[in-house]
Amino acid sequence: MIELVAGNPVQAFVQQVVSGLASGAVYASLALSLVLIYRAMDVANFAQGEMAMFSTFIAYALITTFHFPYLLAFALTIAISFGGGVLVERTVIRPFEGSSVLTLVIITLALFSIVNGTAGLIWGYVFKTFDSPFPFGSVHFQGLYIGYQDLGIIGVTLVVLALVFVFFRYTKLGLAMRAASLYPEASRLLGVRTGWMLAFGWGISAAVGAVSGMMIAPVVFLDPGFMQPVLLFAFVAAVLGGIESPLGAVVGGVLVGVLLALLGTYVPGGQNLRIAMGLVVIVAVLLIKPAGLFGRSEVRRV
Amino acid sequence: MALLELTEVHAGYGAIKALHGVSVSVEPGSIVAILGANGAGKTTTLRSISGMVKSAGRISFDGKEITNHKPEDIARLGIAHVPEGRGTLAQLTVWENLQMGAYVRRDRQRVKQDYERVMDYFPWMRRRRDQVAALLSGGEQQMLAIGRALMMAPRLLLLDEPSLGLAPIVIREIFEIVQTISKEQDLTVLIVEQNANLALRAAQRAYVLEVGRVVLEGAAAELARHESVRKSYLGQ
Ligand SMILES: Nc1ncnc2c1ncn2[C@@H]1O[C@H](COP(=O)(O)OP(=O)(O)O)[C@@H](O)[C@H]1O
Ligand SMILES: [Mg+2]
Repeated sequence: MIELVAGNPVQAFVQQVVSGLASGAVYASLALSLVLIYRAMDVANFAQGEMAMFSTFIAYALITTFHFPYLLAFALTIAISFGGGVLVERTVIRPFEGSSVLTLVIITLALFSIVNGTAGLIWGYVFKTFDSPFPFGSVHFQGLYIGYQDLGIIGVTLVVLALVFVFFRYTKLGLAMRAASLYPEASRLLGVRTGWMLAFGWGISAAVGAVSGMMIAPVVFLDPGFMQPVLLFAFVAAVLGGIESPLGAVVGGVLVGVLLALLGTYVPGGQNLRIAMGLVVIVAVLLIKPAGLFGRSEVRRV
Repeated sequence: MALLELTEVHAGYGAIKALHGVSVSVEPGSIVAILGANGAGKTTTLRSISGMVKSAGRISFDGKEITNHKPEDIARLGIAHVPEGRGTLAQLTVWENLQMGAYVRRDRQRVKQDYERVMDYFPWMRRRRDQVAALLSGGEQQMLAIGRALMMAPRLLLLDEPSLGLAPIVIREIFEIVQTISKEQDLTVLIVEQNANLALRAAQRAYVLEVGRVVLEGAAAELARHESVRKSYLGQ
């Protein structure tokens, strides 16, 4: 994301904020996929980034090996990722339903290395390039140069977030998934198959994660480790926003993206401090406001 | 034939046995009460019916064995269980709670009618449909739980201590509504209560449970006159 640096300092600042928004959008969608699973089973899925990486490799294979047009590959990848997420829950997670948090964390760590190793086995460890679906160049606006790439990432992410919101807010299945994650026993008494709701949650989460992978891939190089820094910042975003809040994940993602962009520009050597910065944010949130910006305690009548 | 039949049901929690061979029979269209002190096994009886606790013995609904089936499958057969604590989906709105009642149904037209009917039983819900259920009073939450159960269009309604923690006037209102609903919709109700007074008046038949065993059973009116029931459960 090389931008033409605008002449005056205010413009330069705004320029950095905008480019931070684009990477923030990627962190936001991966953070959202983390939060979706966290809400459903109280466990952070450490394999979330690797699953998104695998999805992105599927898109890569569809485009370069099978010569699918980008849009078709994009849609197919989302569908395959959804199916993959459901499958992973049914086969890997389900046998450990009701296990302790520690057990589940270890399972997701195991999943992390399995997915990573499998991708390495299939696609190798040589860096690959993933062509951008968006045109080169940028829009010129009020002295700012905003890359089509950035605009595209922000636009696609907004659409995905809106779809996720509408699904959970306005559809019957979305409602049942919320009910099942908050009140599993009461939901089963209403006929809800809570196990499948959890599997769908994994599916949707994997699909949202796939979008984040496909959006960041053209900006970085593709290798089985390429989503690991993104996962770290998605974690920072989720903790900052409140690990149980989808809205918090999104706001957290955007904040982290902007913060990192500004850090890289205004702090000497800031590029190398990104990971340290992420960890500082996590520690600060946990010390000052452990529930995060949007983490709320339950509404309860006193 | 009985709609619900429990034959020699045993159930418990790990090493703790809570039911030692409970037999209960519920005729269609009737209200049946199970009375008993705290810890007698009333909740466990309902939980074994709806599959929330593993049990031995035989439980049949409408002639089909349902022992140890999954709760969600039993719910889909038409058994609505309003659990202890009312099962309020607290962070969801009143409307969403009612929608969840109709979750497994595909007959949209009928669901709409049932929704209107619930609104007629509990008119206050219309005004407060978008309010989060956690903000309702205890009595309102109990009514919402009953409304949600009605949205399932059940054939059998299981109520676990609907009177718990409510003011006498609210309890009376809830019992009246349950009786009205049972009559108007020919709905079979199995109600578990410590509050024997109202339960015996609402029910046609009753069972008395003590430490996991049925110690008395009969017509509700007869039990209400029974010496030991009057002493232990009616405070007379
Ligand atoms: N979750 C549980 N774990 C262990 N024991 C339980 C549990 N629930 C109930 N019990 C025990 O089972 C017995 C019956 O309880 P319960 O069915 O809740 O009685 P009631 O509803 O009549 O008050 C009691 O001795 C109680 O302590
Ligand atoms: Mg009880």
